Amino acid sequence: MDAIFNRYRSYRSLVVLVIVVMAQVLYLAYQVRTGRDERLIRVWAVSAVTPFSGIFEAIRHNTVGFMKDYFVLLDVREQNSKLKADNDRLRMENVFYRNQLATAEHARALTIFQARTPSKTVAARVIGNSTVSTAKAVFIDRGSTSNIEKGMAVVTPNGIVGKVAAVYLLASQVLLVTDSTFKVGVESQKGHIHGILDCSGGHCEVEQIQNEEDVRVGEWFYTSGEDRVFPRGFPVGTVISAQPGNGMKDVRLNLSGAPGGVEEVLVILDGVHQPIPTAALPDDKMVPPLPPPPPDDKQVTGVPAGPGQTEADKTIQKYEQLGKEQEHVYGAMYSNMPNYNIKPAPKPAAPPAAAAPPASAPLGSGPVALGASTPTRATTTQTSTNHPTSTHPTSTRPPTSKPALPLGSPRPNASQTTTTKPPAGPPQ
Amino acid sequence: MNESSDHLLRSRRRSDGIFSRFQVAGLVILTLIAIISKFYLPRLIPSAVWLEVPLLLTIYFGLMRPDPVPALLFGAFVGISEDSLSPANLPIGMYGITKTLVGYFAASVSQRFNVGNSLIRLVLCFFFYCFHAFFYWVMRRALLQQIVPFDTQLTLLHGAFNIAVALPLYLILDRMKLSDEH
Repeated sequence: MDAIFNRYRSYRSLVVLVIVVMAQVLYLAYQVRTGRDERLIRVWAVSAVTPFSGIFEAIRHNTVGFMKDYFVLLDVREQNSKLKADNDRLRMENVFYRNQLATAEHARALTIFQARTPSKTVAARVIGNSTVSTAKAVFIDRGSTSNIEKGMAVVTPNGIVGKVAAVYLLASQVLLVTDSTFKVGVESQKGHIHGILDCSGGHCEVEQIQNEEDVRVGEWFYTSGEDRVFPRGFPVGTVISAQPGNGMKDVRLNLSGAPGGVEEVLVILDGVHQPIPTAALPDDKMVPPLPPPPPDDKQVTGVPAGPGQTEADKTIQKYEQLGKEQEHVYGAMYSNMPNYNIKPAPKPAAPPAAAAPPASAPLGSGPVALGASTPTRATTTQTSTNHPTSTHPTSTRPPTSKPALPLGSPRPNASQTTTTKPPAGPPQ
Repeated sequence: MNESSDHLLRSRRRSDGIFSRFQVAGLVILTLIAIISKFYLPRLIPSAVWLEVPLLLTIYFGLMRPDPVPALLFGAFVGISEDSLSPANLPIGMYGITKTLVGYFAASVSQRFNVGNSLIRLVLCFFFYCFHAFFYWVMRRALLQQIVPFDTQLTLLHGAFNIAVALPLYLILDRMKLSDEH
């Protein structure tokens, strides 16, 4: 008996190893054979890990951009010690607004896409990766409480990302299209050639395309809807190379959705098939073309170089001169009412530029601040803000070669006139 | 064999029995940190997807433990924990089996070598990383019939990357162990 026990002790570790390994192999075989996923263990693990990851991700998302910008600009702050306080304050505000703007822009893009696409979607944020380095999967912060179900497609406005592989209460696992086991049915834009997207070899290829088919570099591929995961019509990527192969064409794609580095995604709750768009997608990196240049001010407004050419202009000039003689400031509060019935004093001859300041004086002294669309206007605004009762705010302005517009004349740009109300005329 | 090799092969570790004082709670926390690092770190550093902190922890536990049974059980625990966060198309047990074997072999090797030597540790770490990657690939092909590529050069490169991380990590763990002694 002792001999048996001693022998067992010498082989104890080996026996335990065999038992543990065999138990896991049997359990694994059971899962493969029945096709059942062990929910309980996964739910426990995901529930234990995802809250930490969600907290880390939220902290990172809100602070990394802030800290990065702050430390990058630290040297500049040291060099400008005299402006330290102002710079810090403005920098903090800039960083804050920049983060707000970036977040808002991304959220706006998702919102626009959500509103535009006929499919019903829900936005989610990526909070973690899979623990298997060779498998491509991520976790998102939406689960069954957001009506997410297994098998739903995950996209971004730029392209496809993957599909929901497992759903938990507050998180879901998304298998990315770059995973070796993932296949997507795709269709070319021009020839409507169908194929299967496969990213198992480290790069994404479209398989099952005959050599005779015409596929060219730069052509877009869209989801065909045949895989029953992605609705038809979602962009997949562009062709980066298309060469005849052994029986089938070797077509390589550059995925437009960038599933590996995506941070925010949309889960399609209720997909709707769409037609393949006929026009090419706009390139996000391409700078949008500038709008046509605005026509010349003189052509638009019809105002000649010299002021006071029309009857209305002459009348306005007369009222301005009267106001100037009687020290009245148009638009200023508590300014005395001028007498418009007397004749203005004869004015000495002056160049057109000299006659301009009175015309623009009421603009600057008006109660409504002007937009800083031009330096001239910005100067006027500042003057009016600092000295609201100044009689001639533009008297300190250097004369410009371009004549100022007379009072009441139409503005060349609509955006500049939205914030400015020139005096309609003398009060009665 | 000369005197130095005899010393390497036969000398027992000074730290025998130290892991008996290693707190279970601390081990669980370390495991949790390792798994979370593998779960979340690639979000911050994409290259960290190849970092196998749970494996490094399993190897360390095996090397510092003379008894293979706790080492293989720890490997199974870490592996199954990783499996539960793996893609749903991979059944639970793949990492569990692999890390069970790694833990057992690491503990068995520690009975013959003086694993207090950092160089031997790193060599063993590199070997076990390659074994882990290869065995996992074999199991995926043989048991699940999933055709996944195995890049030898990349595996060796990632092994080197992991031992570069293992060096400071093991030093930190050694410090924790020493502080535990006092």
